[in-house]
Amino acid sequence: MMLWNAVLLALREIRRNLMRSFLTVLGIVIGVSAVITMVTLGNGATRSVSDQIASLGSNLLIIRPGQHLGPGRDSAGAAAFRTADVEALRSQVAGLAAVVPVSSKSVTLVAMSRNWSSGVTGTSRDWFATGKWQVAAGRIFNEAEERAGAAVCVIGDTLRRELFGGQDPVGRQVRVKQFSCEVIGLLASKGQSTMGNDQDDLVVMPLRTVQRRLTGSVDVGSLMISVRDDGAMDAAKEQITWLMRERRHIGPGDNDDFSVMDTRQIAETLSGTTRVMTGLLGAVAAVSLLVGGIGIMNIMLVSVTERTREIGIRLAIGALEREVLLQFLVEAVALASLGGLVGIVLATLASMGGAALMHVPYLFNPGINLLSFGFSAAIGVVFGYVPAQRAARLDPIEALRHE
Amino acid sequence: MSVPLIALTGVTRRFGDGPAAFQALRGVDLSIEEGEFVAIMGPSGSGKSSLMNILGCLDTPSGGSYRFRGLAVEALDRDQRARLRRHALGFVFQGFNLLARTSAQENVELPLLYRGEGNERRHQLARAALASVGLEGWGHHTPAELSGGQQQRVAIARALVTGPSLLLADEPTGNLDTARSHEIMALLTGLNRDKGLTVVMVTHEADMAAYARRIVRLVDGLIASDTRNDAPAGQPESTS
Repeated sequence: MMLWNAVLLALREIRRNLMRSFLTVLGIVIGVSAVITMVTLGNGATRSVSDQIASLGSNLLIIRPGQHLGPGRDSAGAAAFRTADVEALRSQVAGLAAVVPVSSKSVTLVAMSRNWSSGVTGTSRDWFATGKWQVAAGRIFNEAEERAGAAVCVIGDTLRRELFGGQDPVGRQVRVKQFSCEVIGLLASKGQSTMGNDQDDLVVMPLRTVQRRLTGSVDVGSLMISVRDDGAMDAAKEQITWLMRERRHIGPGDNDDFSVMDTRQIAETLSGTTRVMTGLLGAVAAVSLLVGGIGIMNIMLVSVTERTREIGIRLAIGALEREVLLQFLVEAVALASLGGLVGIVLATLASMGGAALMHVPYLFNPGINLLSFGFSAAIGVVFGYVPAQRAARLDPIEALRHE
Repeated sequence: MSVPLIALTGVTRRFGDGPAAFQALRGVDLSIEEGEFVAIMGPSGSGKSSLMNILGCLDTPSGGSYRFRGLAVEALDRDQRARLRRHALGFVFQGFNLLARTSAQENVELPLLYRGEGNERRHQLARAALASVGLEGWGHHTPAELSGGQQQRVAIARALVTGPSLLLADEPTGNLDTARSHEIMALLTGLNRDKGLTVVMVTHEADMAAYARRIVRLVDGLIASDTRNDAPAGQPESTS
């Protein structure tokens, strides 16, 4: 008997018990679609994080106190930067386009008798160009305002909506803690980022304003540095590291208590997090695939008992042991593979929907689809073998007598 | 003298061991030529079924020898016996033993499937076999939609479709009413007479055995009598 015949028989048998076949492979369906959906969405999230950071440009360096960013982040104990550090970097490292200090603080904002919690970013004027922000209305603060620490701010689109009900906010006042601040500009919307971060939910003020009126210190949270020439990145990094070590009095042989990372490294560290999550979720989903396989074995064993008489008939009319084995094995594999296919279809729909909901790109991943399909077929072989062998070894006389 | 189709010599079949052992056949000598129509009769427990299973190569004798066309069956392994069944034997059972929820046509095609016949040829042979048992055009019905008599006809078509040398029928009329039984017997008689098909049938009903031209009686695992039936039932008037 050719393999094709076995496939034909198997499909016929599956169609004959459509409902039961479906319930049998439900485990596989769920397992496959869970694995694929998790991995696809995880990849999408990873890609989205990388894209977002890469969009800042390849000539950007970010300097933070502490050694690590991402999993196992440890900045506790490391001293913050000072405004003087910014000046030192500007004057002593060659080839830098901009050194942008960034200090952030969460505050509650009040305007037009509404309030909204947001993050205030204290920075210099270069921040807008370095972060690739466009001004939609009004202007950014000028040099005089920056030097004086004037009570002016530029707000993101979300604040316009939440505080000003969508009206033009330029020229209006917003209360930040004890002081009132004039809105001088509105940033063009960048939309949501990965993990539902709203990038437009921010207020930007001159660094001095934040230091004097909000934090009460000359600390700078982190530094963004854009390097004039892409090719000079490594040299710039080296010089910056050297300078900062000296300024922070780090003895030779001691580890840095700050980190200098370029956008590629940041993207890698951040996507490392999502990659770990993807791996874990995928592993959980893989377990459900295994459970699905046990379900198939269970039903195939029941099916062999139930069809003992049929097996007897087949053996009596001349089916060989291995043909009966093949029939049941092919049936298990066909069931599992069909389950895999249904799972792939479901996963595609779920991934597309999930990607849209999470604002991450939908990336079709042929590898994981093929792998899941192959794995479900393999589960059919592994868990179908024992029942198939049991069927093939039946004594035809006993089997025919079976009621 | 030509080789007989079936030659049993001192065939025994024992089940179990020790004092609990049961001797179903105690030494059966039987020779059946091609073209014969033999009925095997006997009370229950006389060894009819054991003998039938051995003749059908579903079982092997505990002792003695069984030669099918000179071929020693007891020396064959499981797969070789399966191939022998596939190519030379046809089975008809008391309980019909058709595959449920499977059309008559597909039931009849089943043995051809195991012989690896192509689609076209399979359909064609199965249709012809169904026609030969008077079920032309019934191919798409499932066993549940057919009467007992019709189901047994499908079973006979399935046994015939491979063109076997020997048709083994185990109580083929056991589940049928009298009228249907006689129809089935007439069909078997016709196959034997017109196509020269060798038929061996187990029955405990004397009026069914009367269709055969030779009647073998088994008692306690031994052949008690082996008689010719010179006036078998169901033959056309002209030849009797």
